[in-house]
Amino acid sequence: MSQKIKDASIPTIPVKARFSRWFGRNLLRIYMIFGFTYLFIPVAYTFVFSFNDSGKSNLIWKGFTLSNWQNPCGAPEVCKALGNSIKIGLLATIFSTILGTMIAFAIGRYKFKGRSSSNLLIFLPMATPEIVLGASLLSLFLVFKINPGFWPTVIAHVVFCISFVVVTVKARIASLDPRLEQAAMDLYANELETFRRVTLPLVAPGIAGAALLAFSLSFDDFIITNFNSGTLITFPKFVYVSAARGIPAQANVIGSAMFFLALAIVIAAQLVKRKRTR
Amino acid sequence: MSFPKVRVPYLLLLPGFAFLFTFFILPIINLAQTSTQTRVAGGDTGEYEQTLAFGNYIQAFVDNKEQFGRSFLYATLATVFALAIAYPLAYAIAFKSGKFKNILLVLVVAPFFTSFLLRTIAWKQILGEEGFVVPGLRSLHIIGEQTTLTSTSIAVVAGMTYNFLPFMTLPLYASLERIDPRTIEAAGDLYANGITAFRRVTVPLSLPGVVAGTLLTFIPAAGDYVNAAILGSPNTKMIGNVIESRYFKIVDYPTAAALSFTLMAAILVLVTLYIRKAGTEELV
Repeated sequence: MSQKIKDASIPTIPVKARFSRWFGRNLLRIYMIFGFTYLFIPVAYTFVFSFNDSGKSNLIWKGFTLSNWQNPCGAPEVCKALGNSIKIGLLATIFSTILGTMIAFAIGRYKFKGRSSSNLLIFLPMATPEIVLGASLLSLFLVFKINPGFWPTVIAHVVFCISFVVVTVKARIASLDPRLEQAAMDLYANELETFRRVTLPLVAPGIAGAALLAFSLSFDDFIITNFNSGTLITFPKFVYVSAARGIPAQANVIGSAMFFLALAIVIAAQLVKRKRTR
Repeated sequence: MSFPKVRVPYLLLLPGFAFLFTFFILPIINLAQTSTQTRVAGGDTGEYEQTLAFGNYIQAFVDNKEQFGRSFLYATLATVFALAIAYPLAYAIAFKSGKFKNILLVLVVAPFFTSFLLRTIAWKQILGEEGFVVPGLRSLHIIGEQTTLTSTSIAVVAGMTYNFLPFMTLPLYASLERIDPRTIEAAGDLYANGITAFRRVTVPLSLPGVVAGTLLTFIPAAGDYVNAAILGSPNTKMIGNVIESRYFKIVDYPTAAALSFTLMAAILVLVTLYIRKAGTEELV
């Protein structure tokens, strides 16, 4: 009986169409495998060569060792560079997330005069090539006789992170269900309480995502940093400068560790999200 | 709240916009001023005075038109290749990955976290003389003894394509994922075959993603100098390399400023024309 119903409700698909559909599906799967292999070849290479018993120049495979991982600060300057990058990244993330979130709420929540030109001002830094941002900021610092270094680099990073924070948080605000806030108001919460207990918790994942994005943009930035950091060395600068004479394997250790750390954070965030939605 | 409600958005905007005005708008204005300066006669290196020398622009452009051309050619090629590689990838993640969707999406972004310089240098070593690819291809007589894969314009374009691929994939995915599968089914009900439905329904609906992705790839690619510096040779220098060396090696700020301004203006004009033509204002 049930068999009959099944047969009746699903129209039979011609063999040729079924084959082409199967082929289409698997072609894309095969393509995905190739695509991800392409994306991960240099990551895998960096990871493998972090175990290279290479001495100073990590160019040719010379044998397996764990010593680079046991002593990640073994190469001169590498941990100082990493420390600077983390400090700059954290400061740039804090400032850009606060400023960007405020702008996102203004644009996402209110209708006001000058809203579209505000959007334009947010879009412009994203449409400006990094080299122009970096070079123009350096010229400004030079005019005011401010030496490039730690704080000019933080300021430069905040400039290019703000727009990405605004775009990310704004998207989250736009996807909010306005009825949730109306419900809070109906339950006699005033504006501030509604914001603190309903709106902010709902937007929080967007803000967290924006902060993560800001940190990774800042941590990985080279061009703008190169213009505004003077003699201060950051991790990407360290890699770029040492590329000429060979990068120490410790840089590969740090690159790989950052990769796994970030992956762990993102996967943990996904798990938390899945648990909450259940 | 105590202040009138009309002011709330402006108060929220104030700190951020004050910051952007000081450290984004002001520097651009200052850059414009620097670009028309000339050397102080008998002054030190790096000493310049305002003479409204608009000839700087013509001089800078004429001297570097080759690098300008190369920047826009390489950036266009990298954008086209990235689109060709990323579209099927984003399509597969959006429609064919089932419960693995989120994990695959994370994997697209994951290579980001290994410093992009490390990855570019990894490509250089994989494809370089000491790597295993070149000797392997040589022993199979696929490439000649003299042929190299690095230090060529192909290597620079390939490096840019690779580095900006996630910038292309993510917006494409975002717009493909938003497509209601019923619209594609409807096309099938109206006797469109798979290819026609894809061409007439899926592609037009994913256009905002195509526009966002191509912009996010083209703009940084046109100003990039890292790929050209690591994977290229003196014959593959882009305008970014020229600006960088004018600033740091030659200390010729006016020329560097004129070049930066020309680059930015050219990109803005191209982007505006492109957005007009594509007919989407969704980005801004």
